[in-house]
Amino acid sequence: MLMRVSSEERIIENFREDKTIDNDVLLDVRDLETHFFGEESVTRALGGVSFQVKKGETLGVVGESGCGKSVTALSIMRLLPKMSAKTVGGEVCFHGRNLLDLPEREMRKIRGNKIAMIFQDPMTSLNPVYTVGRQIAEAVEIHSGASRSDALSKAAEMLRLVRIADPERRVNNYPYEMSGGMRQRVMIAMALACSPELLIADEPTTALDVTIQAQILRLIVDLKKRTGTAVMFITHDLGVVAETCQRVIVMYAGRIVEQATVTDLFSRPVHPYTKALMRSVPDRRRGKEHRLPEIPGIVPSLREPIVGCSFAQRCPFATEVCREKSPVLEEYGADHAVACWHAKEVVSA
Amino acid sequence: MSGPLLKVEKLVKHYPLGDGIFNKDPKVVRAVEDVSFSVEAGETLCIVGESGCGKSTVARLLMRLVDPTGGRVLLEGTDIASLKKGELRDWRRRMQMVFQDPYSSLNPRLTAGQIITEPAGNFERLGRKKRETLAAELLKKVGLAPEIMHRLPSELSGGQRQRLGIARALSLKPSIIIADEAVSALDVSVQAQILNLLMDLQEETGIAFVFISHDLGVVEHIGHRVAVMYLGRIVELANCEALFAKPIHPYTEALIAAAPVPDPTYARLEVPVEGEVPSPVNPPSGCTFHPRCPLAVERCRIEVPPLVPAADGRLVACHVRATQ
Repeated sequence: MLMRVSSEERIIENFREDKTIDNDVLLDVRDLETHFFGEESVTRALGGVSFQVKKGETLGVVGESGCGKSVTALSIMRLLPKMSAKTVGGEVCFHGRNLLDLPEREMRKIRGNKIAMIFQDPMTSLNPVYTVGRQIAEAVEIHSGASRSDALSKAAEMLRLVRIADPERRVNNYPYEMSGGMRQRVMIAMALACSPELLIADEPTTALDVTIQAQILRLIVDLKKRTGTAVMFITHDLGVVAETCQRVIVMYAGRIVEQATVTDLFSRPVHPYTKALMRSVPDRRRGKEHRLPEIPGIVPSLREPIVGCSFAQRCPFATEVCREKSPVLEEYGADHAVACWHAKEVVSA
Repeated sequence: MSGPLLKVEKLVKHYPLGDGIFNKDPKVVRAVEDVSFSVEAGETLCIVGESGCGKSTVARLLMRLVDPTGGRVLLEGTDIASLKKGELRDWRRRMQMVFQDPYSSLNPRLTAGQIITEPAGNFERLGRKKRETLAAELLKKVGLAPEIMHRLPSELSGGQRQRLGIARALSLKPSIIIADEAVSALDVSVQAQILNLLMDLQEETGIAFVFISHDLGVVEHIGHRVAVMYLGRIVELANCEALFAKPIHPYTEALIAAAPVPDPTYARLEVPVEGEVPSPVNPPSGCTFHPRCPLAVERCRIEVPPLVPAADGRLVACHVRATQ
């Protein structure tokens, strides 16, 4: 709370001076590798993940549990549990600087300020003993140096922005006095209070009912348009991706298997996993089938190093090469990349 | 046996809220209000609704894990709700439950084989040999290798555990299984496996399901008939195809419109209803959906709409739409 404005501004200035970066790219993640260390084993949660977030876009990160989508977010924010996890390789470039190399003091000036994050569970990510207004104001005070009362009125303004009725009164509420949907609105207000350039939303609507989910998704999309904040939207729900994102990366077992624009991904999925994932969701527009196409087998254990393609064991197209050599993410048409040795055959199949 | 396998009549469950001795007017949570439906043999009835609508309480009432405040649950004509403990025991064999969380619903200290044969062991003495044969048979039924019987739940994946939960429910050869959000905790690829398993089992054995879920895509896939609940009441009960093709109750309509569609050319990000579900402690007067309903008229604020047959025979509780 005692952070000085001047030092913060200096850092931002430093960022602005760096002219070597591509103007469109906001966040550049290269070969990110994160491991979790157990008593006897190492879990390779991320095995070399590379992607970019462009200014003002919504990038979806989709995959099933354990695929590494949340670990990617936590690695970028440097919020991994210190005792058990470590990013062992790669870089996260933000304004031309590697966030992974910053001292914790400087990282704190970016976290919550330039890059903000909202989480799945709005109850456990809010502090139960402070009013929501105070919690929003805290971020504003720290990062902009505003006075307590200015920060509080900013908090009320933010609550209005996320369409909470009667914001002047609501700033004095405690989280328990609010519903789940309302708490998620507070989380969004808090994340956007410092006008971040990037918002990382980790399953922000998963704990909510569908009618409330629809309201929150609409809110995120509207606010993104108004503020120009880029959003990295992590979800397991392909429907949510289709409704909110412009580009998507699909993750499986700690790696990116496919990356494309949202229209391309849904109309022309290339990776066998993406295809299988899409087919295994019941979809009325396909007509009622008796059996859902399932993906046989289970996700491989990340405790052993995976040789070859991580999907090979479950893939109907797998051959010798898939089991021996790991495929790299390669261009497959404009704005579409896929990590598969047999991309051509899969497409024509 | 004539008549439906399971018939639920005017089921009510109120939970008292706090009991302070100075509180003259104790509040109650109206979890389930006047719910009636029936399930035929071999049928899948889905109950769908958002959190707090009372769908899980209905499941618990059907299994008599909680006692109802009012109403009857008739299984093959016998009222489960009024049976004494000893009499109930025998009826429990005919009705089994599969739970949402495949992690906390299995005893971590028992092997897979012990878990799935335990229900049968409660009713007959099972020797080691007999137990193993039964375990192998059940595991095969749910698509697991018999070798798994010696493993602990912690050594199995989420999908495998949910298969164990189903095997356990099948152990007593029940005529009906209540599945409370049985696939909600699973990833979609595993969810597809479990849904297929349930449908195959129904085809083979003619078992009936009461399938409780908040996921409309899943409900549409597996259901024959669907009951939509809102704040403790059924607002619409219809054939699955008819309900999804043309929902009548405004809440059903909103639910279907709110579900995200996995197709960006289709996506419209609709917000079909504003506001949130009111508290079941102090539900709105009249139709409980009226504060959020775009069609609400004066009458909706005053009178609770009865669940009445609409033109195609489905049941709808709406003053405005039911008569149209």
